[in-house]
Amino acid sequence: MSVPISHFLIVSTALFFIGAYGFFTRRNMITMLMSIELILNSVNINFVVFNKYLYPEKADGLFFSLFVIAIAAAEAAMAIAIIIHLYRSYRSIDVEDADQMKY
Amino acid sequence: MTANVIAFYFISAIILGGGLLAVTSRMVFRSAIWLLFSLTGIAALYFWMDLNFLAAVQIIVYMGGIVVLIIFSIFLTEHSGDNLPPALLWRKALSALLALVGFALVSFMILNNGFTISSEILNIDIANIGRKMLNTGDGGFALPFEAVSILLLAAMVGCIAIALKKNPEKS
Repeated sequence: MSVPISHFLIVSTALFFIGAYGFFTRRNMITMLMSIELILNSVNINFVVFNKYLYPEKADGLFFSLFVIAIAAAEAAMAIAIIIHLYRSYRSIDVEDADQMKY
Repeated sequence: MTANVIAFYFISAIILGGGLLAVTSRMVFRSAIWLLFSLTGIAALYFWMDLNFLAAVQIIVYMGGIVVLIIFSIFLTEHSGDNLPPALLWRKALSALLALVGFALVSFMILNNGFTISSEILNIDIANIGRKMLNTGDGGFALPFEAVSILLLAAMVGCIAIALKKNPEKS
């Protein structure tokens, strides 16, 4: 193999922390959702790389990635339904404005 | 350096650059487009690793489904041309510090860990994936498959239930 496995893992780690940075700094719910998608994708890369280069006799990592993608799709659809409903009642999708249940 | 290796680093640059611009861009719509670039790069990485089915699923679900959904919701909620308010400086600095420390820690552990690369080659074609997905025996994934199908049904019902609620201000 020409590319060492640590380079794959560093790419996925960097993507994870880019997503985490976005999740901490953004206050807009849609952009926070995008950061979550980046985090989920970095986890998928890890699953696939470990499966392909360390345990190629099994296919568990590949199936985990497929299930993670399916769950991410369900999660995104649900989150966007909630965000649009929140926008209809509050006229804003900023997390700071959705504080009715906070205190 | 062969063309294969150069392609890997090029794809990685697209993934990381797209991701970085997606979380830092001040315009929501541009941020969604950069996210699209990053996800395309991940699909390309799967193609690079010869996992064609996973790459196809990534393109169909992420690019065809989730990003389109996000773009629709941007059009339905915000004024897509407006800039987002800038994040607070201390919050930005603290998050960047946290992310960098975490990245340094995990990279240090990855670089110091000796991975034993297997000499075998993963060869699994689509027919094999389908057989494993519906196999109830050893090495089959029938139970998670059914669980995910129930989850998708529940998500669909939940989305309809949320969307059907009346607006409290108007009623």
